[in-house]
Amino acid sequence: MNLAFFDPVTAVLLIPICSAALLAAMPGYWLTARLNVVASLATFLAALSLFVVERASPGPYVLIDDLNIVFIVLNTFVGFTTSIFSASYIAHELETSRLTPVYLRFYHAMYQTMMFGMNLAFVSNNIGLMWVAVELATLTTVLMVGIYRTHAALEAAWKYFILGSVGIALALFGTILVYMAARPVMGEGQDGMVWTLLVERAANFDAALLNVAFVFLFLGYGTKVGLAPLHAWLPDAHAEGPTPISAVLSGLLLNVALYALLRFKILLAANPASIAPGPLMVTMGLVSLIFAAFMLYRRRDIKRLFAYSSIEHMGIIVFAFGMGGPLANFAGLLHMVMHSLTKSAIFYAVGHISQIKGTQRISKIRGLTVTHPALGWGLVVGVVAIAGLPPLGIFMSEFLVVSSTFARQPLLAIVLVFGLLLAFGALTLRLTSVAFGEPRGSTAPADASYIPMFAHLALVLGAGIYLPAPLVVWFQHVAQLLG
Amino acid sequence: MQSLAFDISHTLAGGLVLISLMMLYQDRLYSLLNVFALHALVLSLSVAWQAFIQDAPHLYVTAVIALVFKAIVIPVALHRIVKQLGIHRDIESAVGIGPTMLAGMGLVALSLVLMLRVTSDADPLAREDLAFALSVVLLGLLVMVTRRNAVSQVVGFMSLENGLVLAATGAKGMPLVVEISVAFSILIAFIVIGIFLFRIRERFDSVDVSALDDFRGERR
Repeated sequence: MNLAFFDPVTAVLLIPICSAALLAAMPGYWLTARLNVVASLATFLAALSLFVVERASPGPYVLIDDLNIVFIVLNTFVGFTTSIFSASYIAHELETSRLTPVYLRFYHAMYQTMMFGMNLAFVSNNIGLMWVAVELATLTTVLMVGIYRTHAALEAAWKYFILGSVGIALALFGTILVYMAARPVMGEGQDGMVWTLLVERAANFDAALLNVAFVFLFLGYGTKVGLAPLHAWLPDAHAEGPTPISAVLSGLLLNVALYALLRFKILLAANPASIAPGPLMVTMGLVSLIFAAFMLYRRRDIKRLFAYSSIEHMGIIVFAFGMGGPLANFAGLLHMVMHSLTKSAIFYAVGHISQIKGTQRISKIRGLTVTHPALGWGLVVGVVAIAGLPPLGIFMSEFLVVSSTFARQPLLAIVLVFGLLLAFGALTLRLTSVAFGEPRGSTAPADASYIPMFAHLALVLGAGIYLPAPLVVWFQHVAQLLG
Repeated sequence: MQSLAFDISHTLAGGLVLISLMMLYQDRLYSLLNVFALHALVLSLSVAWQAFIQDAPHLYVTAVIALVFKAIVIPVALHRIVKQLGIHRDIESAVGIGPTMLAGMGLVALSLVLMLRVTSDADPLAREDLAFALSVVLLGLLVMVTRRNAVSQVVGFMSLENGLVLAATGAKGMPLVVEISVAFSILIAFIVIGIFLFRIRERFDSVDVSALDDFRGERR
């Protein structure tokens, strides 16, 4: 197919940024919420067209390859469904006057700016530009986390801002070091920051400098992935911001940072003399998994609970990519997609639940399946999925991670399985108290949009039962790319 | 000429490290802000010098941005905020001055040892610049860790960014994208901070971060 006047990459970037400007100027809730949905849908469709439209060869700024298409499509899809959820969620916030119309305008403009930042990070071929995009996405989410202006929300936003900025500063230092390592080979100027050119000639780079650069990049972007010792911002930011933001933070923003890490991992793999990033990633991944699994037991706030569950799953994904090899990479990629879909579905349910009950305390929420069957059972399916039970998608990917680890490093696999079981226990314990038993708290009917939640859950269930062959081939190819 | 260029750029970069160390022991907000303005001034001199010896005119832009925004606009604005909020009293340090200075010196030594070892093949000018830049970054982090006041944490963060600019300009021929973005991010960050400071003030009648700690969600 050849559409001369249609460039999907430009569309993916221009639609969000233009609608952000438009939304910032438009008054009225009804119209802005709908425009937000329409803009997100248009972005998603543009992203889908990346599959069919012929790809341009990588330029100095923009790159489209098999790896980032997966990320872009996932990003815009979850962005679209979240905008639907956000429309019904924010309407309720307006009724209970937790937010004023001025803040809503700001909220919608920021939502689209954030989507722009994330899409830009995915398509950029320039490691400097990628850094700018990640920084932009971080700053917009900082503003949105603090939007309620309560004590807890401000504290969370401040912590997120400080930790996120330090992380992103370390990542920039790493980026500069990569340029320094490349300079003797690439010469001065633009070429030294273009990722595709860097990978081509990485074999001749100064290995020692590249190693140090990766440590900085790993710590920097790892902070934003939410890996264990650097995770402190994540539970607060997830718990105190508006729930649509928790959904995109968990489902999308962590992926953006992970994507940046993967790009640099490929770069390092192209240089035989440098350290293997694998062991570092495996260690941090396992630490995150075990730590988060233990932390899950003591949570009393429902959004905080699922924030820790995000740390756990990012740990599994980083572990899988750290193990490397075709099977583990495939599993990591699948797990990332499944986690994004499931976790955002869970946050959709949790958002409506906390609105109905007027609280996020787990002890005050009981018997949801009795009072609100659709929400309650939606949450049950979501938690069953995130805990890794068959036949849902996460079971598949976790099974692949575990079995590929058993084949190569049985000892690590034991630790991995221990962490998974621990998290499983905590989640089922909380689930039974929330979903079943005598109803507690408000039983007011839910005014919720169920479509996004059930669409995600259906996709996760579908993926668990049957993965379409073209998708498998695609993922296998990407897994090869990752090395 | 070559050795003079070398010496001047080292003097300026070393000066930045020294001023970063000075930041560690300032116990008044106003004096901390003044030291930060000096930091930004030396940075802009250093960047301008790099522009001259590398024959890279675009770096002059970075130098001007550093001079105008970081050495003048932001310190003046922060001065006004501090005055309006009425918080020009002592800074509460989480750690005493002695241990802080020792930690600072340790960090400088660490970054010198690390960067000089791994960059043995790089050209000597960039090499030592990078070592100094890492020291400035780490000292900025230390300022953020040892202060409990939101304004001084912001100052620590901005001095950390100065270190990043130093590193970016030291890397010869690095594209403009990065310098502008760094300057830009500081600008955005400052707007964010400005909004936050007023909000925090509004809520707590104080910008002491320890007041925020009382509301930590973990204990709920």
